[in-house]
Amino acid sequence: MHMADALISPAVGGTFWLISTGLVGYSCRKVKAALSDSKVPLMGVVGAFVFAAQMINFTVPGTGSSGHLGGGLILAILLGPWAGFLVMTSVLTVQALFFADGGLLALGCNIFNLGFWTCFVAYPLVYKKIASLPLKSSFFWAAMLSSVAGLQLGAFSVVLQTVLSGVSELPFVTFVAAMQPIHLAIGIVEGFVTAGVVAFVVRAQPQLLETPGLMAAAKPASTKLVVMTLMIAAVVVGGAVSWFASAYPDGLEWSMSKTSGTEELDAPDHPVYSHLTDLQAQTAFLPDYGFKERPSPQADKNSQRWPAVNAGTTVSGLVGGLLTLTLAFGIGFLLKLAKKHSTASAA
Amino acid sequence: MSSPGLFIVKAGYLDVLAQKDSVIHRLDPRVKLLTTLLFIVTVVSFDKYHLSALLPFGVFPIVLIVLGGLPAGYILNRVLWIWPFAILIGIFNPLLDRQVLLHLGSLDISGGWVSFISIQVRFFLTVSAAFVLVAATGFNTLCLAFNKLGVPSIFVIQLLFLYRYTFVLADEAGRMVRAWQLRTPLRKAMTVNTFTLVLGSLFLRAVARAERIYQAMCCRCFDGTFHPAYRLKWKMADSLFLIACILFLVFFRFMRPVTWLGEFVTGMFS
Amino acid sequence: MSHHIIQAQGLHFVYPDGTPGLKGVAFRITHGESVALVGANGAGKSTLLLHLNGCLLPTQGSLRVGDLPVTAKTRAAIRRTVGMVFQDSDDQLFMPTVFEDVAFGPMNLGLGPEHTEPLVRQALERVEAWHLKDRPPYRLSVGEKRRVAIASVLAMSPDILVMDEPSSGLDPRSRRELIELLKTFEHTKIIATHDLDLALQSCPRTMILNAGTIQADGPSAAIFSQDDVLLQSRLEKPLLLRACPRCGAKPQF
Repeated sequence: MHMADALISPAVGGTFWLISTGLVGYSCRKVKAALSDSKVPLMGVVGAFVFAAQMINFTVPGTGSSGHLGGGLILAILLGPWAGFLVMTSVLTVQALFFADGGLLALGCNIFNLGFWTCFVAYPLVYKKIASLPLKSSFFWAAMLSSVAGLQLGAFSVVLQTVLSGVSELPFVTFVAAMQPIHLAIGIVEGFVTAGVVAFVVRAQPQLLETPGLMAAAKPASTKLVVMTLMIAAVVVGGAVSWFASAYPDGLEWSMSKTSGTEELDAPDHPVYSHLTDLQAQTAFLPDYGFKERPSPQADKNSQRWPAVNAGTTVSGLVGGLLTLTLAFGIGFLLKLAKKHSTASAA
Repeated sequence: MSSPGLFIVKAGYLDVLAQKDSVIHRLDPRVKLLTTLLFIVTVVSFDKYHLSALLPFGVFPIVLIVLGGLPAGYILNRVLWIWPFAILIGIFNPLLDRQVLLHLGSLDISGGWVSFISIQVRFFLTVSAAFVLVAATGFNTLCLAFNKLGVPSIFVIQLLFLYRYTFVLADEAGRMVRAWQLRTPLRKAMTVNTFTLVLGSLFLRAVARAERIYQAMCCRCFDGTFHPAYRLKWKMADSLFLIACILFLVFFRFMRPVTWLGEFVTGMFS
Repeated sequence: MSHHIIQAQGLHFVYPDGTPGLKGVAFRITHGESVALVGANGAGKSTLLLHLNGCLLPTQGSLRVGDLPVTAKTRAAIRRTVGMVFQDSDDQLFMPTVFEDVAFGPMNLGLGPEHTEPLVRQALERVEAWHLKDRPPYRLSVGEKRRVAIASVLAMSPDILVMDEPSSGLDPRSRRELIELLKTFEHTKIIATHDLDLALQSCPRTMILNAGTIQADGPSAAIFSQDDVLLQSRLEKPLLLRACPRCGAKPQF
């Protein structure tokens, strides 16, 4: 599942943008060091392959519904984790730009969810470990289990990002309980496909998977990178959340004073301070979880407590909003008229 | 049957629009990329119960569509096409958040419905802005902008290759699907087994093609570095556009023009 | 001056998986010659072409282009004199627009954008494709793609043109125009093709490749009249050399 701009808060989106950009930069350095120039067109064309493959539907066994390929793991296996990650990033970028799958701000999240877990966790820590076991079907189980692992982790981070963003009301537990089993099923199907495709390629052209430049880059530093990225992610997300959480009481006070129309704070007789709180509240990137606190019935009776907003204010807000939207269309229309006029007079 | 080749060409129409010439098309791609990102961040920075304050942001895509001479119908069509997804992700809010937030006459509106509509508005704003960005800039020019803004060349180059060969491979995939379909008229979609076989051979073809492309590059003296044939020039108009956009975003984000206007109008009638 | 002479001696090539590609090929092509390279599928035409600019290097034997033997060290220099037009134009047109694609080679030679532009224009006008310059390659017809692919090679001002199946996939009219275009080039030309009529019309000399060796080498009209050689090499006589099926008139060639 793709994260979407409409569901995301700037703090979460920005954080994962930073993490993903860092990973892209690092992977570029790795790819440059490990691969020859000839692999650049290969990466691009294989990316196009994933794209084309995603447009072919197949029947999911036993259900009759149809599915399509995700791609992260298969890319890591066929190109190695660094190049695979870059190609997955590119696929997601094109999807965001041309199909609005996800969106531009959510792109960082999607790269992390679909690229990071598959290429840097599932591939080196699950796939490679199992595939090297001296079992008859080790290769199949490697593809299957790493695919499941990659998708489970990806789905879990979708849940975390959604809940941290707080735009959707879905509670953490319900969301996890829905997402993980769905993605278990998807993971198993994808595991079958991945195992099948890789087996096909190995049978037809075994040398493709043994290109030393591609595979050598897979081994070292991967675990370290994973741990480091996760730590950075944890610190940044934690920091952002606590910072905005600490900023939140001011926000609540501000909105209270705004809606009740009375200043109940002592400080605001200093204009700079009130202006700052104002600004702080306006820039509160993370939604205030406190708003979800249901006011007790008693408080409701008092009817001056947020979020039971004074109806008059809201109506004028809505009227104003609709008017500006109409104005926006009006501006568009006028501009169009003006343009037509100028081209007509020029002709 | 949906043909992957046709599908990708339809999506690629955004890129055809980018070959038009207009005030917006002539702007530096960097300025368009930056303002679009700023726009999206601003829109999603409102908390989920904000609705009226979001509406004026519609000005941004609308003005760009008109000034850029882009077909509004096509862009709206593309946005509507993926709208169900936005409904799906928002639909839980009205079910889970029943706290009444608004009273419109005798009608009680819950917070869940407000945030649901807010999600839909965000969806329309962010998605249309992204489509407008591509339609007014073009993918290749955008890639050039990525590069200028610090994205490593190796990434940008393979991104360009990906885009270029998506058309070729989608066509190949389309032919394979058609060949399969003609011999399996009773099935709607492939079994997993057939799918892996088709995918496997598509992959091998892709690898062989990549090899030929590399040879073609070497034949024309490729030495590992790319030299873009076009250069970007930051002009006065770009700075002006950037400043205007920032002013617009700041004004509608931090001031309350909507509330003023609403109060003014409702005040007139009461 | 031995500048544009191509000479192969005992050229052998074995693919990494052990498949033999060329088994002792020898020839000499002098400045300004047009040579058709014909042969059945898998006869080794493409393998030989890939040697001409060092994409593949001989396993045994030698190949000289101009004054230089083709080796890993010299291939950069050789690629400046040998221009290669690929069979599938999609492989060759990898840049975002026609203009950028034709500019790709000159830019790699270190020319700045201001010097590249006139070269690109000249090359595209030469194949009557300047009006296509801003189009992305995937929005061109097969014939247009082939023209642009040729222009992308011409822009590097090569002395030797190597073409792999230039007429494949073209409609009759585009094919005719291509043959006319080829006739106007004064470069040394090596054209690998299944289109024996094209070979006959645009190349005075023909080499027949069969199972990695040269089966016949000589004036095109004479080569294509040897029925036994054609039969052995799984080829058929060009239509231009056959009697008219309706009136029985003798060929004019």
